[in-house]
Amino acid sequence: MVVFDRPHAMAEVPMHYCPGCTHGIVHRLVAEVIDELGIEGKTIGVAPVGCSVMAYDYFNCDMIEAAHGRAPAVATGVKRADPENHIVFTYQGDGDLASIGMAETVHSAARNENITIIFINNAIYGMTGGQMAPTSLPGQVTQTSPYGRDTNACGFPIRVCEMLSELDGPEYLERVTVNSVKNIKNAKKAIKKAFQNQIDGKGFSLVEVLSSCPTNWGMTPQNALKWIDEKMIPYYPLGVYKDRSAKEENK
Amino acid sequence: MAEKILMKGNEAIAEAAILAGCRHYFGYPITPQTEVAAYMAKKMPKIGGTFLQAESEIAAINMVYGVASTGKRVMTSSSSPGISLKGEGLSYLAGADLPALVVNVQRGGPGLGGIQPSQSDYFQATRGAGHGDFHMIVLAPSSVQEMAELTVKGFELADTYRMTTMILADGTMGQMMEPVSLDFAVKEAPEKPWATTGTKMEREHNIVNSLFLAPEALEKFNFARYDRYRVIEENETMYEEYMMDDAEICIAAFGIAARVAKNAINEARKEGIKVGMIRPITLWPFPKAPFAKAAEKVKSIISVELSMGQMIEDVRLATECKVPVTLCNRVGGMIPSPEQVLEAIRNAQK
Repeated sequence: MVVFDRPHAMAEVPMHYCPGCTHGIVHRLVAEVIDELGIEGKTIGVAPVGCSVMAYDYFNCDMIEAAHGRAPAVATGVKRADPENHIVFTYQGDGDLASIGMAETVHSAARNENITIIFINNAIYGMTGGQMAPTSLPGQVTQTSPYGRDTNACGFPIRVCEMLSELDGPEYLERVTVNSVKNIKNAKKAIKKAFQNQIDGKGFSLVEVLSSCPTNWGMTPQNALKWIDEKMIPYYPLGVYKDRSAKEENK
Repeated sequence: MAEKILMKGNEAIAEAAILAGCRHYFGYPITPQTEVAAYMAKKMPKIGGTFLQAESEIAAINMVYGVASTGKRVMTSSSSPGISLKGEGLSYLAGADLPALVVNVQRGGPGLGGIQPSQSDYFQATRGAGHGDFHMIVLAPSSVQEMAELTVKGFELADTYRMTTMILADGTMGQMMEPVSLDFAVKEAPEKPWATTGTKMEREHNIVNSLFLAPEALEKFNFARYDRYRVIEENETMYEEYMMDDAEICIAAFGIAARVAKNAINEARKEGIKVGMIRPITLWPFPKAPFAKAAEKVKSIISVELSMGQMIEDVRLATECKVPVTLCNRVGGMIPSPEQVLEAIRNAQK
């Protein structure tokens, strides 16, 4: 009996991610969900610019590589091209989604675009070698904040779920993490819901995943997972920030 | 004879796009191309199409990228400052070999410039719409009828060569009304086995992408793309010659400038001056051959432009400076008058 196998939606190629990085876990969760919902044949993924830039090689569904920050606009086009037959997801990091692509993020949410967004928040630009992200914590040392993020000079981190929850548009916003078995299970539930919402035509669903970057945080993988608990979660509390359908059902 | 209807140039583009099978339009408001979007907003919902006013020009061109990835005919339109914003997307469309139609109803620049007609985006359209080695097919209509016809042609060329076609119009072309016949044949779009429409679990996944980290791979793709460009130069160059048979002076002009120049040529002919015109319809590929031929027999060439002299560089390259090429221009939203062009012709005759 097979108890553990590679999801079909996940391509059998070596990934380029650093040891201890949680991208691999989130990729796997997305692929498992695609398998379980039986939607691989109609799914089109949109990869960002950043560490997951080569995600187009890692999923077996059709994939598109977008310009930096533009994935929600590209996904809008793909979805609108054939709303009945396309399941569209974007997979974006914090620099991509919350900095250069903020307008695309906000407006696709405001339109309640019927797409699914997997948002990796690891509080740093990984691919370019560890620069300050819009989600870097106050005081966080990065290559471009070598004395720690000075909130007087460069402002405060952006809490994306909280911010988007103020809009009437989006259907579902949840923040999860993947630093423990329990949290991974919750993350998968959220990701599955975000895809199911799209299948059900409910609209814009975004799952923010607090992730680790041991390489650029300068930590061991274990300490990086602890840092999520100790530093990130207090600033970025886990939870559901919007679930319109559930709210309406409870009325 | 087919029935003609009176239309604005911008409306002719929109209606022709619909006739060409385009069912997805994304745009952002900007003068003087607004009628394209307004027309689409009215028509698309009634024919099962998509009109979406994007949050920015950048978003609009990326929505175009999304639809183009699925193989469907798609377009956006804008005017000069908006096209600058689309530059990123135009480069990605080229890098991913995606077909799309982009309309630039030019206005004066640089910067915010003005809202009156201009041809000062010639360099941008033919040389540097975005970063990297690439071209777009650039079509320059000179009448409302051509606004419609070249729109259809633009979609066909985009599909055939998997690249962006730009309609390079200007504020006059967009705003003026002329009778148009919309009775033309549209070639069906070719099969697009590369499109990302879902694998249906029947094939390997398709990837739409412009990233090639291995320099050998990127070089290979760029060489292949330029091989395709050479085929386009060979097969798709379009131009009109006007009274060139016995011409001793040649005018080079496109779009609205060519309309003005024609009037001036007719007047000059009355004065016995042997002057003709080569009007490029494709600005890229540029009609080099007719200019090279003209340089063997005319004594000078006048480039009439609504810019500080941009196409004139292509004319000089095509003629290898064998004859003097002078500029007759107005800029900033001004249009040369027939009298100004006539004066330039008289000066060339001296």
